Amino acid sequence: MENFDQIALALIIFVPLAGAIAAMFMPADRQKDVWYFAIVVAGLCFALSLYIFLRYDYGAGGFQFQDSYLWLPAPLDINLSLGIDGISALLILLNGIILLGGVLVSQNIVYRPRDFFVLLLALGTGVFGTFAVRDLFFLFFFYELAVLPMYLLIGVWGSSTDFRTFFRAKEYAATKLFLFLVAGSVLVWIGILAVYMGAAESGFPTFSMETLGRLAEAGQLSEEFQTWVFPLFMVGFGVLAGMWPFHTWSPDGHVSAPTAVSMLHAGVLMKLGAYGIIRVGMVIVPEGAENWMPVLITLGTVNVLYGAVSAMSQTDLKYIIGYSSVSHMGYVLMGIATLDRIGVGGAVLQMFSHGIMTALMFLLVGAIYDRTHTRDIYALKGLFSRMGVTGFFFAIAGLASLGLPGLSGFIAEFMVFTGAFRTYLPLAILAVIGAALTAVYILRLLALTFLGESDARWEHLTDASPVEKAVGGAFVLIIIFVGVWPEPLLRLINVSVDALPGV
Amino acid sequence: MPGLTANLQLLTPEFALAGLALLVLAVDLVVPQNRKNLLGWLSIAGLLGLIALSLKMLWGENETLYGGLLAVDAFSLFFKIFFLGLGIFIILSSMDYVEKNLTSRGEFYGLILFSILGMNVMAQSRELLTAYISLELLSFCLYVLAAYARNEAKSNEAGLKYIIIGAFSSAVLLYGVSMVYSTLGVTQFASISAALANTGDVSPALWVGMALILVGLGFKLAAVPFHMWAPDVYEGAPFPVTAYLAIGSKAAAFALVLRLFSEGFLPAADQWRIVVAVMAAITMLTGNLVALAQHNIKRLMAYSSVGQVGIILTGVAALSADSILPASGVMLYLVGYSLTNMLVFAGLISFFNMTGREDISAFRGLADGQPFLAATIAIGLFSLGGMPIFAGFTIKFYLFTALASQGLLWLAGLAIFSSLISLYYYLQVIRQMYIRPVEEVAEAIAGEEVYIPTGPEVSTSPLILMVQSVSLVGVFWVGVYPAPFLAVIDAASHAILPGL
Repeated sequence: MENFDQIALALIIFVPLAGAIAAMFMPADRQKDVWYFAIVVAGLCFALSLYIFLRYDYGAGGFQFQDSYLWLPAPLDINLSLGIDGISALLILLNGIILLGGVLVSQNIVYRPRDFFVLLLALGTGVFGTFAVRDLFFLFFFYELAVLPMYLLIGVWGSSTDFRTFFRAKEYAATKLFLFLVAGSVLVWIGILAVYMGAAESGFPTFSMETLGRLAEAGQLSEEFQTWVFPLFMVGFGVLAGMWPFHTWSPDGHVSAPTAVSMLHAGVLMKLGAYGIIRVGMVIVPEGAENWMPVLITLGTVNVLYGAVSAMSQTDLKYIIGYSSVSHMGYVLMGIATLDRIGVGGAVLQMFSHGIMTALMFLLVGAIYDRTHTRDIYALKGLFSRMGVTGFFFAIAGLASLGLPGLSGFIAEFMVFTGAFRTYLPLAILAVIGAALTAVYILRLLALTFLGESDARWEHLTDASPVEKAVGGAFVLIIIFVGVWPEPLLRLINVSVDALPGV
Repeated sequence: MPGLTANLQLLTPEFALAGLALLVLAVDLVVPQNRKNLLGWLSIAGLLGLIALSLKMLWGENETLYGGLLAVDAFSLFFKIFFLGLGIFIILSSMDYVEKNLTSRGEFYGLILFSILGMNVMAQSRELLTAYISLELLSFCLYVLAAYARNEAKSNEAGLKYIIIGAFSSAVLLYGVSMVYSTLGVTQFASISAALANTGDVSPALWVGMALILVGLGFKLAAVPFHMWAPDVYEGAPFPVTAYLAIGSKAAAFALVLRLFSEGFLPAADQWRIVVAVMAAITMLTGNLVALAQHNIKRLMAYSSVGQVGIILTGVAALSADSILPASGVMLYLVGYSLTNMLVFAGLISFFNMTGREDISAFRGLADGQPFLAATIAIGLFSLGGMPIFAGFTIKFYLFTALASQGLLWLAGLAIFSSLISLYYYLQVIRQMYIRPVEEVAEAIAGEEVYIPTGPEVSTSPLILMVQSVSLVGVFWVGVYPAPFLAVIDAASHAILPGL
């Protein structure tokens, strides 16, 4: 098994890529075959991610599954170095789960199905790669690779919105999302080059995150330098994490995207941003991070409240969930900004927990929209009597979202609050109010959509398909499992959070 | 000193190329009108032979000819292979176009061969006047090629504009050369470098001389504010010539700039670095901002190439005596940029052959009718915008790292920002091809509507398919594993920066 561990990370990056390349050569019109093939590839990725998650030795901690391939010799000397700690292991598992779920529920893609799965698998490579590499060049490479397919995935397979007062074309959402994210990566890119320049001045021109981390630890990068570099990472990665005021792409993007893409996007891609802040910002420029944390936690709090208030006034199911994502990513940012052991751990757990529950919600909304062709919560009424399982799953996801004890959201948010209470008391109180607002919009959504007298229009509705039920059921089980017994996840998280500088 | 002609055999590829060009012109006289494609194939076969010959004869050579006027080194060889290969691509992608749209087809290929000769000598020149003469050889061929569609007003306009601006810029360049000669008394790059290192400070006359040379070359590169001719000439010129202008003439001018600035002007780098940097910054911002407003694909590509020139110029501004990174960065960028542009232009030429249209709105729905064609154009445009897994990302990252290593982080930042702007107008083309309103998608699924471009030919010709396939592989190769390219490029950089 030792040998397999060596290549496990390389495999998980290249399996979806190889799948995407192979899929390109499949006949364009064999929709079912492409779908089956994508399921096999995504299933393989899931198996690998589970294997990596289970094999990660939390007793030893640190970076494991390490491997390195020379990519570009001197003078630039770039290596494809792989290695993960507990945080990456958890997020890799998250991506494995959601990628498989997303592919499974995409059986209804009939327009250019082959191209859809090619792009979806390429997206998977980008996300796995970002979590698995230990080199800034490749981190950025995969990060951009994860952004690239979004434009076409939303633009080609998305849906336009025309509810009530405004009309938004899908290409509007696709372009906005893409340009926002690339604009964010402009800042990240400048930050990476600045770090390279700073390290070169200390005599170590390198992109290796390990070396850079050690340089920072040894105080080779001045505090002044770190203080102007960190905001580049904070804002650059923050755009993808949906940080206020750069979040506006996210609800639009989620709403227009097809179901699988919404799931992956809200479920995993937004986590890339938060992961970047932790992995690059906190580790490579720790002193800068410390100086900027009050700003980050303030923005995080604004996220929580602003997202919640916006969600309360929306009438489109997907917009509600989109803004709820903005709100929940606020907890993640707050948790990171506490620089407190429990707070940061909570942020990481929140990434996982929110990833699963938001993916579940988008899946269910997709199921509802496929059958009713509307997402207006005032038009949908009493769906519970027709779509019982969907309603039940939605209720679980919603309750997890509002932090009901026993479900995954509770543990994560509780940890974030604990961390925040210890460090920034007033903001923590505001965030708790935000959690209460969550209850308002979630319950409003559940009540309007599922409860009440069933509309005559919905009499012929069928419940979610077996595949959707299976995927949704699995997600529900994960939510409950993490809520009841978070220990296996927390073990991984804690050992890695303790190793972060400044915590 | 050995006799001036002692190692003349090193110029065999140039003599052979000139012979090939003359041969094509001569054979043209006996080939019947309907079989002029033979000349294209003859040129391609000749160019392939020349690539093999150059590699065999010149690999590892490092010598000078005519007492230092020409250098046969790794740098010359790199660009020689580059230009010969480019010639093959251009001829392959122009054969259909030439057959359908142009008269006097034989001379077309002859002119391309002569211009390649000019480019090759440009990359070898180590002396200002030799460089000037080779530049003129290239330019004269391009003037004629731009006006080649002689029955079209636009093409005539393009040729006229090009020759007037070109003559003007040549005059400026020559004046600069004479100023440099009048102050330093030498024209060889190595002697200029030695004189600059000795004098210490730069006299105003010398400064003006160098500035005028930069201006003259700026015209050739279409760097802002000397770019005004580019969009009109690009738009008017026959499509394959537009591609040739965007790739070949740019690469050749950069070959000259690289050698001149690193072998000649480097000791006075303090004087020109900031000038070149500012010129680069203005060029990339102007090019990319103006491109946003274009509706014609040729003009869009013209402004896009102005923007790209600005980005490449940043590498020139970062040239340094103690690092090969900037020089290598520029050359790697040229390789990636050329492959990508070749991919895009091959697609555009094919589209033009099918439809005869060059407005961006004509690309609507292309992805449904011609999936491969649309995919190659989209990949090329994403690559130009700097997205990963394609060449564009890797070459940009390399070049910008080179800038950062020389402390020019602000310039790298501007370049990254201008790439973001460029992405927007590339997306406009991709949007036309791929993104369609929901109702149209429904029709396409139901099979009620299939987009087929109108015109006599509705599929990409095998010739262009060849160009597309090779450049597609190249775009991915440079994007994913550029190490083999860099091994050659680093050797070329060492040739022009011998101190390292």
